[in-house]
Parts: sequence; C-alpha cells; structure tokens
Amino acid sequence: MKKYPPLIILALLTLLPLVGLSSYAMHIIILVIMWSVIGMAWNLLGGYCGQVSFGHAAFFGVGAYTSGILYQKLGVSAWWGMPLSIVVVTCFSLVIGFICLRLRGPFFALATLAMGVILRVTAENLTGFTQGDLGIMIRERTWVGKTWYFYIILALAAATFLLIKKIVESKLGYYFVAIREDQDAAESLGIHTTLYKTIALCVSGVLTGTAGVFYMNYMGYIDPKVVFALHDISIVAIMVVMVGGVATYWGPVIGSLIMVLLAELIRSIPALGVAYQTLFGILLIVIIIFLPNGITGDLPKLKSLFRFQRAS
Amino acid sequence: MPLLSVRQVSRFFGGLAALTEVSLDVRKGEILGLIGPNGAGKTTLFNVINGFYAPSRGDVFFKEKRISHLKPNKICAMGIARTFQVVKPLRRMTVLDNVVASAFLRAKNKSEATEKAFEILRFSGLYDDRDILSKGLPLGKRKRLEIARALATGPEMLLLDESFAGLNPTELNESIAVIKKIKDRGITMMVIEHHMKVIMSISDRIVVLNYGEKIAEGTPAEVGNNPLVITAYLGVAENAAN
Repeated sequence: MKKYPPLIILALLTLLPLVGLSSYAMHIIILVIMWSVIGMAWNLLGGYCGQVSFGHAAFFGVGAYTSGILYQKLGVSAWWGMPLSIVVVTCFSLVIGFICLRLRGPFFALATLAMGVILRVTAENLTGFTQGDLGIMIRERTWVGKTWYFYIILALAAATFLLIKKIVESKLGYYFVAIREDQDAAESLGIHTTLYKTIALCVSGVLTGTAGVFYMNYMGYIDPKVVFALHDISIVAIMVVMVGGVATYWGPVIGSLIMVLLAELIRSIPALGVAYQTLFGILLIVIIIFLPNGITGDLPKLKSLFRFQRAS
Repeated sequence: MPLLSVRQVSRFFGGLAALTEVSLDVRKGEILGLIGPNGAGKTTLFNVINGFYAPSRGDVFFKEKRISHLKPNKICAMGIARTFQVVKPLRRMTVLDNVVASAFLRAKNKSEATEKAFEILRFSGLYDDRDILSKGLPLGKRKRLEIARALATGPEMLLLDESFAGLNPTELNESIAVIKKIKDRGITMMVIEHHMKVIMSISDRIVVLNYGEKIAEGTPAEVGNNPLVITAYLGVAENAAN
C-alpha cells in the first residue's frame, strides 16, 4: 500500500490540465512543482548530508544562464540547456565543493552565501557574456499555453523524487546521514567524507540547475537580480525544506505548496502593500517555533493538536 | 612481526609535547592495555594511529605499511577501527542504521550490509535495541554501540578508548564479555582504560604513558610492581609506604 500514494498523486496531476484551470492557477501549480524540485535538491545536501547551503541561487542561476546564453549566443533552443547545464553545473559544483566543502557547519553556510553573491555580481558585470542587468530574454516562447510546461516540470519533479529516494535508500544515503550526524565518526568508520559531500553537492547542484533551465524557458526572461537572488531563491530554498520537513521525502513538496500559496495569498491582499513581506516573515517565524521539524516531521504533533481541539 | 608498530612518534601542539618519542609494538591477536594518568597522551596516541593527527615526528606502520599521514578513512579501510572516549553515536539514526552505515565499508550491497549488521548486533547484545534512535540509548549501550560500529567495518585491529568508563557493574561485565568474544575472533586490540581491575584482567601486555612518554611496558604483573608506575599514579613511593 505504501508504494501507491506517490503514483496516485502523479496520476492525478497528469490529468490536471484536462480540468481546464485558469492560466493563473496553472502558473501557481507550475511554480509549486518547480520549488519542490529545488527544495528536494536542497534537502539532499542540507537535510540528509547536513551541509546547509545559503547559496543555492548560484546553482539555479548557473543553470538558467547556461540555457539563456546558449540561446543568446548560439541561437539554439534554450531547452538544450537541460543536458548542457548538467555538465556545466557539475563542473561548477566541483569547483565550489573543492573550495567550500573543506569548511564545516556555519563556515560552509557562510562560504555558500558568499558564492551566491559573487555570482550575482559577476553576472551583473560580465556584460559581454551575460548582458549584465539587461538580462536575457527569449523572444519566441516555445508554447503559448501552460500545459506542456506543466508536464515538463512534473516529469522533472517525478524524476527528482525517484532519484533522491533511490539515493537515500542506498549506501550513499547512509553515508550522507552519517556525515550529517558526526563527521569525525563518519571519517573513522572509513567514509571518505570529502568525496561523499562532493557527490551530494553535485547532485543537489545539478537538480537545482535543471530547475533554473526550466525557469529560463518558462519565464522567458532572466537577469542577475532575479536568478541569483539571495532572499528570493537561496533563502526560499531553505524555507521550503524547513517548513515542509527536513530530511523527509515529502517535506519539500509540502513546503513549496505552502510557501508558494502563502506568498500569493498574502501578496493579493491590497491593503497590505509592501508590508506583505513582513507578514510573510512573521508567519514563517511562527511555523519554525511551533513546528521545528517541519510539517511532515511534526505530523504526529499536528494530529494530536487537532484531536485535542475536537475533544474539547 | 608486529601487526602495528609505532616508531619514535612525537606530537606537538604548539610548544606542548603531547607525545615524546613513543615506540611500541602490538602483536597479532593480543590485547595491549594503554594506561596512564589524565593527560598522559593516550587518546592523542590513538588519534595519531587512527589518522586524525599526523605525527610531528616518527612513523606508524600497520602490517609493514606506513600509515602515518594517511586520512582516517583510508586507515579504517586498511583494517584499523576505533571507538571514541566521548561517544559519537550517529544520533538521529537507529542503532541498526548506525551499524549498517559502518558495514557498507566492506559490503557490496545493502542486503549484505544489513545482514552483517544483524550479526554484529546479536554478537554485541544490542539486537533488541536495534530500532531505537541511538540518542535514546543509555551510556552503557552507547559505549557498546561504538564497539559494534567499529566491528562492523571488519577490522583486523580495534582501538578502544575508555569503552568501560562510567559503566555500572552489570554493564561492565557485559562489555568485558564482548571484548573477550572479540579476542576469540582473532581481532587484535589496543585498549585505553582507567578501570584497573578491567585492564589487569583483559590485557596480555600493558604500556604505561606519563606526560607523553612511555615509562613502562610488560605483563600486567610486571607493570603493577614497577616503581615508576606506582610513582606516576600515587606520587613518591616513600609517601605511599608510610
């Protein structure tokens, strides 16, 4: 029985475009799925392997720019960025890993934070290559409707989910968690910690990069402030996982559902104006205080809360 | 031919000599006790053998291969496993998963690793606790989990760092029984221990460290009667006699 829920959800989702939802609703759903991909990718490195990254926008942006520059300079479809970004982001991750993974805990987090900022500034100033703040625009969209974009991101999410499940249940997963729990103990148990941390970083980076490629193709426009954003990409990637549940399969999916919907909901209250960000922040703080393990992690706690209310 | 040979190893931390010209051999199949007052350099010696520290001078040889300057994971893969004085369980993993993670070092796939883990858990008497998160274990069992985890890596030699400290008498006896069973499997051990009764009863030979220097080596009886050792532990001999 346990095997079926993911399949049922996937089947229901494939039928979704037939319902004839509005273009806005489809847009929100596509965003939710895209954020689940990024969340799942972050979760592999941060949740399972314990290497908290504050710079996942770097991978997202490198993926998006690989695709964008391919289109801009060579004039081929930006979708070719999908396969190419795997190569580019892997090389990029290896360099980043070589520099950052020798640091532990908060130092690693700070190094990745810096990495995101460095890339943004680089992309802003390397105008010959990235067009700087002008950004890259795809003049002819592949499809006008949302349906195919939906199917592509859904396929990407399903593949990501499966890949991560396979990894976590294998030797790699055990090694990642061992490294998270105690790096010295892991090392003395014969685990080549640097190697396995690098693997986690590469897989996480590549998956985030493919989400970036999708973003380029779907939105049709990127600039450094959008794809290398600290608060809109890097922090949201962390929040999606924190809210949903760290080191769980469904956490990032549930987290992105809540985060995207919440953000849209609060943004749509006109009276709030720019203050919506404040409210958003406060809500997140409340969630973290009361559900430190995320919604999936604290499910028993949530259930008992509801039972208590019904009883009283 | 000794299994492990520590040759003239010194280790400095800044101006402090934690180990000075320490040499010792561990023969295959024996239990070598390592004792000494607090701060004598016992754990530092383990950290040097295990690869956490490179020796400042001198070398360590395992099966005639030089292992000093190798990384801990390489040394573990060669067959030296260790436990930690301050236990380091993989806290948010179950007892079983702790051992499975270690068994992967020499297992080809997950089922082989799991099988090996089950065998080790039965062997070390932790089988009934296999589904508990390791942070929930009492100290005695956590210390034994350290041993189980080290065993799961399939070592030829085991470094036990105070695996008996803080145990109650029942736990103590259980752990001693486990150590004797490990010896019967032909695994060589080096044991750091403060509990004199334990160390005297399980060790084949004992090496005594004091202020980073080796001051005595021999059978438990020889070491127990060595005036230098008595001085190191109890102060000057005349005072002790009065």
